[in-house]
Amino acid sequence: MIGPRIIIAKLGLDGHDRGAKIVARMFRDAGYEVMYTGLRQTPAMVATAALQEDAELVGVSLLSGAHNTLVPELLRLLKENGSDAVVLLGGIIPAADRPALLDAGVAAIFEPGEQTESILAATRAALDGTSVGA
Amino acid sequence: MTVTPDDDFDPTANTSSGIPVPPWSGPADAKPGTYPYTRGIAEDLYRQDTWVMGLYSGYASPRETNLRIKSLLAAGQKGFSIALDLPTQSGLDSDDSKARGEVGRVGTPIDTVLDVESLLDGIDLSNVAQIRTTANAIGPLAVAWLVVLAERQGVDPNSFRVLLQNDVLKEYVARGTYIFPPAAGLRFSVDTVEYCRKQLPHWEPIEFCGYHIRDSGSNAVQEVGVALGNAIEYLDEAVRRGVSIDDLAPHTFMFLSAGLDIFEEVAKFRAARRLWSSLMRERYGVAPENCGLKIFSYTLGSPLTSAEPLNNAVRVAYEALSAVLGGAQTLATSSFDEALGLPSEEAVHLSLRTQQILAHETGVRRSTDPLGGSYHVEELTDELERRITVYVDNLHSMGGALAALESGWLSRDLSDAAYRMQLETERGVRPVVGVNVGADTTRARSEVRAFAIRDEGEGEQVARLEAARARRDEHAVATALAKLRAAAASGENTVPYVIDAVREIASVGEICGALAEVWGLEEAAAWHLS
Repeated sequence: MIGPRIIIAKLGLDGHDRGAKIVARMFRDAGYEVMYTGLRQTPAMVATAALQEDAELVGVSLLSGAHNTLVPELLRLLKENGSDAVVLLGGIIPAADRPALLDAGVAAIFEPGEQTESILAATRAALDGTSVGA
Repeated sequence: MTVTPDDDFDPTANTSSGIPVPPWSGPADAKPGTYPYTRGIAEDLYRQDTWVMGLYSGYASPRETNLRIKSLLAAGQKGFSIALDLPTQSGLDSDDSKARGEVGRVGTPIDTVLDVESLLDGIDLSNVAQIRTTANAIGPLAVAWLVVLAERQGVDPNSFRVLLQNDVLKEYVARGTYIFPPAAGLRFSVDTVEYCRKQLPHWEPIEFCGYHIRDSGSNAVQEVGVALGNAIEYLDEAVRRGVSIDDLAPHTFMFLSAGLDIFEEVAKFRAARRLWSSLMRERYGVAPENCGLKIFSYTLGSPLTSAEPLNNAVRVAYEALSAVLGGAQTLATSSFDEALGLPSEEAVHLSLRTQQILAHETGVRRSTDPLGGSYHVEELTDELERRITVYVDNLHSMGGALAALESGWLSRDLSDAAYRMQLETERGVRPVVGVNVGADTTRARSEVRAFAIRDEGEGEQVARLEAARARRDEHAVATALAKLRAAAASGENTVPYVIDAVREIASVGEICGALAEVWGLEEAAAWHLS
């Protein structure tokens, strides 16, 4: 228990988890305690895991194109159940879809080819932001 | 003096300066088309005809996918691969709660055989050189769709040339569209293989997949090693059922990636053929003439970047070159916009043109295994063969690829490799142009827009499923599903019962649901890292 708890989640039916596993390991190496959910999680499953683990950050990976349906639902479930976890999103998210997702409460969106250092930097900023704002 | 053009000039037999070349070069004991097939499965691979060009297409709906496939056939594509959406590949109907937001996103939805009819409407399947599809956990459903479609059209399904992917084992460690636990998945795949050998002898019922292993971040050794390890699992099970491997082997393919490291890739294809032929000969006693490995290659997706997407067109062209220099039988190419989303019409046509330019303008078809005998490529071929042998032996010492999968070892081995590669890329040790080499943040971002899938598609597909359910005989569906459950429980081959259910317009979700009652469902396991 050396750092904030993070959940990396594969939301929806997408089976590509190379990136999710890389990001999970990167957070672990940076000193965070990390849980990777495994594939095919529904928004309800991820929200439950976030509450059970008392996660401070949920990193969602999704490359299937279902983000506009599943991500807002996850955000709603987290909020309804009293979780203030920061939500980051990574995957194939077309530029046209990003503003609505950011407005709905996603803290940052990362695309394929993102450097792990920039994900870490965004995470630190987002986590600081919540603790300052709380 | 008058100069006349030579109408008999054959660019596949002569260089552009008119120098005639033989179909292959080298000493007599290095003849391609003979055991162990390192140099290729035929003496003359591409002169008579090119490799089969067939792209992976599917999105939104059966109807839209039909138009995309037709437009590529009109542009000279010889075969095609049907991209299925994730609910279909995962055995879920389009109205399943888990399918929400996913219908038609990464491929076409197929709920019932009526969707297959719309998908292939107006396409003369007997004239298509190769029909492929990404049915893995649902391998027998793909058989059933095409068999029942042929019945409805009044044609012989053996007149179709079908290559099924049907390799479910790799789904548990890469790609992820599994449904049942691995042992049941393996059985379902081999049911398909056994059924096809008996009833559909012209079909090719399985591809042993290394591509997805590679695309999940591993190297060429792991790619071919896992494909061979999984092949042994399927073939051993086929042997237990009395299938002759001598008869089956020539009807299988290996599915390998074509990456950017051109010479290593060429060596990989050569080593894979050599390893396959010795595996067939030594483990299964296959006759030498049946030991040639047919390769389907797809350009590797993971090197494509979202930064400066037009660069990807160049990457795909080099990847395609490596597959052809490596002697592949079928080639699919990606499109430059695939790091952004599904490919646009323009991008897929460029992808097909990339193959056509390679085939018709560059002279690569002239000589089989043109790099054979190169010190560099021969040395790499030998070294890859050695390393892959060690990898396969290691899987064997763990009890085989299925045991290595079930213990979680395989998944960890692949993800270790992916993480290492990521760190190497970030440190600039692995250069990527436009990312860590020559990245220019002052330039405007690319104008390439992601191809958008219509949001209304999901509701339309659910309506089609409801209409299909309304017109069928519910009693006949229930009877067919009950017989399928009984076959699954008894150990009988399930494929005839899947076909009966599909004929009665049972849906994908109903068929997989019936089987799950007997076999159970595979659940994802969480990893804790600290």
